[in-house]
Amino acid sequence: MLSIKNLTVNVNDKQILKGINLEIKPGEIHAIMGPNGSGKSTLSHILSGKAGYTVTGGSVTYQGKNLLEMPPEIRAREGVFLAFQYPVEIPGVSNIYLLKAALNSIRKYHGQPEVDAMDFLTLVKDKVRLLEMDEKFLYRAVNEGFSGGEKKRNEILQMAILEPKLCILDETDSGLDIDALKVVAEGVNSLRAVDRSFVMVTHYQRLLDYIKPDFVHVLAHGQIVKSGGAELALELEEKGYSWLEDSKAAA
Amino acid sequence: MTTATASRYAAEYPTIAPTLPGQSLPWLTALRQEALAKFSAQGFPSPREEEWRYTNVSVIEKKLFSPAGSVTAGDIDCEWLKSYQLPDTWSVVLVDGHFSAELSVLDGLPETVLVMSMAEALAKQPDTLESYINQAVNNDEHSFIAFNTAWFTDGLFVHVPAKLVLEKPIQVLHLATQADVLTATRTVIVAGDMADIKVIETFAGLDVAYLSAAVTEVSVGANADVTLYKMQCESEKAYHFGGIYVKQAKDARFTHHNFAFGGLLARCDILSNLDQASECNLNGLYLGVKRQHIDNHTRINHLKPHGISRELYKGVLDDRARGVFQGRVIVAEDAQKTDSQMNNRNLLLSDDAEADTKPQLEIYADDVKCGHGVTVGQLDEKSIFYLQSRCIDEETARNMLTFAFANEMVDKIKIKSLHDKVLEQVLVRFPQEGVEKSWL
Repeated sequence: MLSIKNLTVNVNDKQILKGINLEIKPGEIHAIMGPNGSGKSTLSHILSGKAGYTVTGGSVTYQGKNLLEMPPEIRAREGVFLAFQYPVEIPGVSNIYLLKAALNSIRKYHGQPEVDAMDFLTLVKDKVRLLEMDEKFLYRAVNEGFSGGEKKRNEILQMAILEPKLCILDETDSGLDIDALKVVAEGVNSLRAVDRSFVMVTHYQRLLDYIKPDFVHVLAHGQIVKSGGAELALELEEKGYSWLEDSKAAA
Repeated sequence: MTTATASRYAAEYPTIAPTLPGQSLPWLTALRQEALAKFSAQGFPSPREEEWRYTNVSVIEKKLFSPAGSVTAGDIDCEWLKSYQLPDTWSVVLVDGHFSAELSVLDGLPETVLVMSMAEALAKQPDTLESYINQAVNNDEHSFIAFNTAWFTDGLFVHVPAKLVLEKPIQVLHLATQADVLTATRTVIVAGDMADIKVIETFAGLDVAYLSAAVTEVSVGANADVTLYKMQCESEKAYHFGGIYVKQAKDARFTHHNFAFGGLLARCDILSNLDQASECNLNGLYLGVKRQHIDNHTRINHLKPHGISRELYKGVLDDRARGVFQGRVIVAEDAQKTDSQMNNRNLLLSDDAEADTKPQLEIYADDVKCGHGVTVGQLDEKSIFYLQSRCIDEETARNMLTFAFANEMVDKIKIKSLHDKVLEQVLVRFPQEGVEKSWL
């Protein structure tokens, strides 16, 4: 699904990622954890194609293609989805329009006809119920005036409708209360499939109580300093990050 | 500005004066003479005047624009007229500065409501008009006011009695059909206490150069509610100078929606005087393309306590277009507890487009809540990336965001037929191709 090899990335001539290696197979859930400033968000931005980063070395291969060469919208149409840490408010563009436009551009990209209006509405309403959202959110401007929790739910709603292959969740748990966290996690869990992979970028372990990862990687100072199974997250919860950062520094 | 042009206009005035309405009224003749003298002495406004520093009107001096004689309805292309005339309104049509009874639709207007041409009103109700003409504004405001006072050929008088809620809007459609014509009109709108009316002023013209100088005076009675819409779609070669001057009584509400789309050079002045606890809302959208120069000036005078004013003007400027916004809010010493907010947002789509914005707060009271905000810039890159990450290509994302920016102002229109008409105009004039209605 995704193969990251020795990836190095600069922002304003400062090296942020210092040789990342990561292999993600279809159906797997990988959690990327790490302290603030470790490069977690940079990694998710690089995968989704945000401007402002310079790749200085290494490669990212997605389904056999060079991901780094694609503009953001092509990555999205190829099935890469970034759930934003801070979803952007787009006044004047309605939520439902954006959903439909996004879905149709994916279909067009794959040579399929536009979605039937009734089928689309049925699909959207199903997913809205899944995420325990109010239907009126569909007709409001994208994220405008939404609370933090509503914005995150809206991200997962988009994900549920677009059915991506690689889902990148950037700090999805931040700003969520426990009820919203459960709903969002259920939404994510309902999307688990043998051909769909997840990268969850998170600072805290609590999201992983609800979405169980297959692998946990610890990012520190732009490198993966430790990888393990779900139990590594629990260890981090107990000990914090400093022991890993220290051991790396000592090495 | 030199007064040479003014002299040319003044020299022509004696031949025009006998054709102007209200010749038998001494008060009006005196007013016009005073105005003529002021205009002759000053000429058109100069960029040396603070209120005109961003707008040089010397381009209009190349020609001498003359008022048209009376116009026959048969000369008007029906399809063209229909493209601006709104259904579900009482519609008044002024062609080249003259009222056309034939083209106007006033059936079913309540008997107590007066809607008549300025010429007819001056003949039938001269005393009433005397108490409204040059009351909300006077010849000293700037020389276009003096010019209009001296030259106005016709216009409209609307009088709605107290407590009357008018069920349909009144549309005033100003059409210009001749090259080099001067359309100088004076409109007076009077809403009695607790009355509720909506008036739509529409300006359009054939694809020729002409000069449109329109002044509207509005009197909003106590606790009355007046909403005035202006859809300015003048021809690309036209010069438009329009002013709306408002007097609000106690607890009166005045709302203005200003859509400034047309004209090579267009200037609109809006001035409102607020009494105690009155409320003033000013909304504006200007779209400039090619070499258009679109200038909007607003002035809100809070004269008494507890007044509320809200103002939002948005501009989208492409090519070499220039947009000007000067907004003044004046809070008098007596106007305690005033609550005022003014905002101007500009989007520049090309390196050669320009926005000049100057918000001014002048506060003489000490217990008020006043604020203003201004932005001039490009589209937000974060928003573009967000849309791209949702499969939308960059160009479409930019178009969507630009259109959404403008559409916020269109969405404030509560009259469906007008909303659709303005939206149609936005789509026609929109700088970008590939803009879709379905984004809404």
